Amino acid sequence: MNTEILGIIVMFSLSVLLAIPFGKYIAKVYGGEKTLLDPIFNPFERLFYKVSGINSQTEMNWKQQMVALLTINMVWFLLGMLILMTQGSLPLNPDKNPSMSAYLAFNTVISFVVNCNLQHYSGETGLSYIGQYWLMFLQFVSAGTGMAAAVVLFRAFRDKSTADLGNFYNHFVKSCTRILLPVSLIVAVVLLFEGTPMTFEGKDSITTLEGDVQEVSRGPAAAFIPIKHVGTNGGGFYGVNSAHPFENPSYLTNMVEMVAQLIVPLAMVFAFGYFICRRKLSWMIFSVMTVGFLMLTIPNINMEMNGNPAIAQMGIDNTLGAMEGKESRLGAPASGFWSIVTTVISTGSVNSMHDSSMPLSGMNELLAMMINAFYGGVGVGMLNFFVFVILAVFISGLMVGRTPEFLGKKVEAREMKIAMVIALLHPFLILVGTALSAALPQYTMETLNNPSFHGLSEMLYENTSSAANNGSGFEGLGDDTIWWNISTGFILILGRFLPIIGPIAIAGLLAQKRYIPEGDGTLKTDTATFGLMVFAVIAIVAALAFFPVLTLGPIAEYFSLY
Amino acid sequence: MSKNNKSLFQKELVREALTQSFVKLNPKIMFRNPVMFTVWIGTLVMLIVSLWTLFGAEGQGSFMYNFVVFVVLFKTLVFANFAEAIAEARGKAQADSLRKTREETPAKLKNGKTISSAQLQKGDVFVCEAGDIIPSDGEIIEGLATIDESAITGESAPVIREAGGDKSSVTGGTKVLSDRIMVQVSTQPGESFLDKMIALVEGASRQKTPNEIALTILLAGFTLVFIIVCVTLKPFADYANVSITIASFIALFVCLIPTTIGGLLSAIGIAGMDRALRANVITKSGKAVETAGDIDVLLLDKTGTITIGNRKATHFHPANGIEEKRLIKAVVLSSMADETPEGKSIIELAGINPLSYIVKDPKFIKFTAETRSSGIDYENIRIRKGATDAIKNLVIEAGNPFPREVEETVKAISQNGGTPLVVSENEVALGVIELQDIIKPGIQERFERLRKMGIKTVMVTGDNPLTAKFIAEKAGVDDFIAEAKPEDKMNYIKKEQAEGRLVAMMGDGTNDAPALAQADVGVAMNSGTQAAKEAGNMVDLDNDPTKLIEVVEIGKQLLMTRGTLTTFSIANDVAKYFAIIPALFITAIPALQGLNIMRLHSPESAILSAVIFNAIIIPLLIPLALKGVAYKPIGASALLRRNLFIYGLGGVLIPFVGIKLIDMVVSVFF
Repeated sequence: MNTEILGIIVMFSLSVLLAIPFGKYIAKVYGGEKTLLDPIFNPFERLFYKVSGINSQTEMNWKQQMVALLTINMVWFLLGMLILMTQGSLPLNPDKNPSMSAYLAFNTVISFVVNCNLQHYSGETGLSYIGQYWLMFLQFVSAGTGMAAAVVLFRAFRDKSTADLGNFYNHFVKSCTRILLPVSLIVAVVLLFEGTPMTFEGKDSITTLEGDVQEVSRGPAAAFIPIKHVGTNGGGFYGVNSAHPFENPSYLTNMVEMVAQLIVPLAMVFAFGYFICRRKLSWMIFSVMTVGFLMLTIPNINMEMNGNPAIAQMGIDNTLGAMEGKESRLGAPASGFWSIVTTVISTGSVNSMHDSSMPLSGMNELLAMMINAFYGGVGVGMLNFFVFVILAVFISGLMVGRTPEFLGKKVEAREMKIAMVIALLHPFLILVGTALSAALPQYTMETLNNPSFHGLSEMLYENTSSAANNGSGFEGLGDDTIWWNISTGFILILGRFLPIIGPIAIAGLLAQKRYIPEGDGTLKTDTATFGLMVFAVIAIVAALAFFPVLTLGPIAEYFSLY
Repeated sequence: MSKNNKSLFQKELVREALTQSFVKLNPKIMFRNPVMFTVWIGTLVMLIVSLWTLFGAEGQGSFMYNFVVFVVLFKTLVFANFAEAIAEARGKAQADSLRKTREETPAKLKNGKTISSAQLQKGDVFVCEAGDIIPSDGEIIEGLATIDESAITGESAPVIREAGGDKSSVTGGTKVLSDRIMVQVSTQPGESFLDKMIALVEGASRQKTPNEIALTILLAGFTLVFIIVCVTLKPFADYANVSITIASFIALFVCLIPTTIGGLLSAIGIAGMDRALRANVITKSGKAVETAGDIDVLLLDKTGTITIGNRKATHFHPANGIEEKRLIKAVVLSSMADETPEGKSIIELAGINPLSYIVKDPKFIKFTAETRSSGIDYENIRIRKGATDAIKNLVIEAGNPFPREVEETVKAISQNGGTPLVVSENEVALGVIELQDIIKPGIQERFERLRKMGIKTVMVTGDNPLTAKFIAEKAGVDDFIAEAKPEDKMNYIKKEQAEGRLVAMMGDGTNDAPALAQADVGVAMNSGTQAAKEAGNMVDLDNDPTKLIEVVEIGKQLLMTRGTLTTFSIANDVAKYFAIIPALFITAIPALQGLNIMRLHSPESAILSAVIFNAIIIPLLIPLALKGVAYKPIGASALLRRNLFIYGLGGVLIPFVGIKLIDMVVSVFF
């Protein structure tokens, strides 16, 4: 078998194999059970709670949790604005990079707070090391926020009927210290050995073979890069992200970074099953997600490997695949695989330029973000999937002649209203955002790298990436303009917090309802049949809303090419 | 039920429904259905665009094309309204046929005056004698009568109704066959259950049920998505230098929003109530039918529901040393004059004509509450049969032993749910007759079906726990309440509800009223007291205790019909997209011909075909909406698989075929 394909299979299987025991561990962490890391972190946590005056044992209902979540996010945002707009005059700035403009700082901080990391700057020239460190901190806490939100969902279905859904701060801190930090540490060590820099010294200069002097950016990259993947953030230390030789030096680091970004989203699926003692349900969710994932990945790898017919016609050798915008040390298949992994799970880090993907590969990357629930970002992926489950439960419940229920809780008008608003929000943000961009050529035309269909894809991608909190870009777009900074900034906020609050509200409402014991007439949700139903709902809801715009973008491009 | 099985579309009903479907075009009425209201607006826009093209608008296509789109959209509205109207008309017709029987009958008042039934007020007392039609619903306050209720129930056997007790209600339109009763009017004119039900069907007081509301939200959500899709398509098209006509936008929108289910939704709800009415059950709200589909626990009275009213002899057990022949002879003789069903069943079991024995000077001893035995004396022989302890006393007082094996048999019979009768001859115990409750034929299968539906059945009986347990096992019910008092039912319901289950029960007596009110679905028998009927949320005109099972299935059908048609409607969009999207762009971007997988003739024909398919699928599905999707108790997952296959996959594929066929016809013109 082709070694490049084998490499992909190993990467994916390894992630799944690691995710199962890791999911069990995560369930233990949130269940308040003893874990190996307790002796190390407990004293720190106690001190932290004492200083902050937080009682981490108070039970909170879903509304209190959301207030806590929004409050700490607000604080991080304000601090971030302050730091990025003054970094030029702060210490740890050996390269003398300037402070950010208010528009760019707004977009940057928002996008890191919401776990998106849409980077309208290049790390080498746009940030000081203090700025990088603050963004690294945000990558931890934004991932922790998503995970703590998912725990509210976990708790809502663990007990029969309750309003108490645990303590937000407790879940949040534990997410960071017990889950994100240890995994990041392991990844960082691998990166260090493979040559990623970890230094506070500024640029180095080397004399190339041609005799030119070239400046090379360094910095504390090995600390920054692991959490970018483990927390599914995707914000790179350097401008070209994991295509940069320091950020992703070898095929080994490529594999490690791949596993690092898959493991927590996968493990959260299994953790849900362990936590509520319904492991079969986890397998249903995992299977649906995986089928969707593979349906996007396999064609992508195939298309990237086959190369571009237009280039072949020019008489250029295309056997390595479509290599435009790809790193030769990684190759077309691994890049095609990465492009879907990073879009399904909202990481948004790239190891190739998506702008150069084949037209339908680009469409699959877009679809991955439009669906945003095949694995999805840490924590929030589960929340997005949950909304689809509620819709599927409703329709299939009716189809078997019972008013719909999920895990013993009746789904009624109120929950449907919220689920529908959240399901609507995503297409709304993407389509309206893109429509405005297309309708206002005075702001956007000059930023496009390509005319025609591909230009529409670029705008669509930028808006989709923002709404899905993904952060990757069709990097042809010149996006550091007031229009893109502000418009995507607002899409980021709406696309992050409403899809957290909505599902949590549904879970909180369901948690308080009377528990209905399962009977023979109850529709089991951990079966392949129900999985098929969820898949159909996801496919139809996502495909239906985006089919017209995709037709004018990648599909038209595809038919023009072949 | 069969007597009401008329064809789905009767001429006069269709005529009435057609008129109504135009009346319902009133925007105030259309507004109640968000999906169809958007179609209404789309139709109005198309009318204006058609006129505009007639007066020379450019770039919007020909007048003919626009006008045809307008006509098809208008048809879509009319079809959807027709679905609702025909469901209403059928419900009303059914209710009217019940109501007709009770119109304009003379009522003889207590004071001798005769007035029209329409003038009767609540509280009035009227008198009915043999041959009279009862003018109004009421409660017997004096007397007893046999009544022919066939006008309401279709059951020809007359029933007895008497003052006091649980069988005191009479229904207007039924006929008194014998005796004389005084009846107090129980409802104001126009406020009987039937009147309320008619009002419900007619829509004046029809409220959306909780599930209907939730589904409407889902459908409104889908409608909103497609509003966004269609509105944003304009700037995208402008960017790509594609011009799209207004007709195309509206066609795309109308085809994508779930018009099929949107148009049929209220018809499905009305048809549910109508189906209940056809089963002779009056529902007091649409919600009750819907809840019935969710029932987890069914409380059923033993007598009349699970067992035939009377016990039957099933075995003779002779005592040691007694020949069976001798026992049978004694048994037959003792039952010669016994007119009770049990007595008759004994002779039936023995298979001997009592007159074949020659007995001189027989003297029959009647059953009394004190002796608790009956029998016969002839010559010098005294035969008695009766309750165990009564005969035992008799035997022991005479100084004879009461055999141990008889005692054991007696015990065994009780444990097996039977009733033992001991027989003695000249104060010597001869043996035991075993009487058993007879379980209704076919009832086991019905409970099996209920179990497959996931419903727990509970038998309520006054029997002792031993007997109750036996019958419960034999009939296949899941649980029982023995030696039940009315409050036991109530407590059981409350207990199940506290655990989150929904409970249905049937009752007739005043003492059932609290439990009927407490149950999630309470079906009162029409023969029951007014209090019971007020307390429940359904009234069964047939007084048939097994009706609950049908009610549950009607409820499930209602929900399933909604679910499957929603799935079908949304699945249709896939094919419609493949018809319309290429049609929108093909002229400007010829490369997109590759997307035209149905090879439709031209952009105009493609769009028209999609819109026409969208319109005619509504009337095609009306029969399904009215009859309901068949319920099969095969387990929830299997049912989902089946319906997903038929309505999901079918919903994806059928429009591909349908649109292609329509396109072949339309392509002749466009």
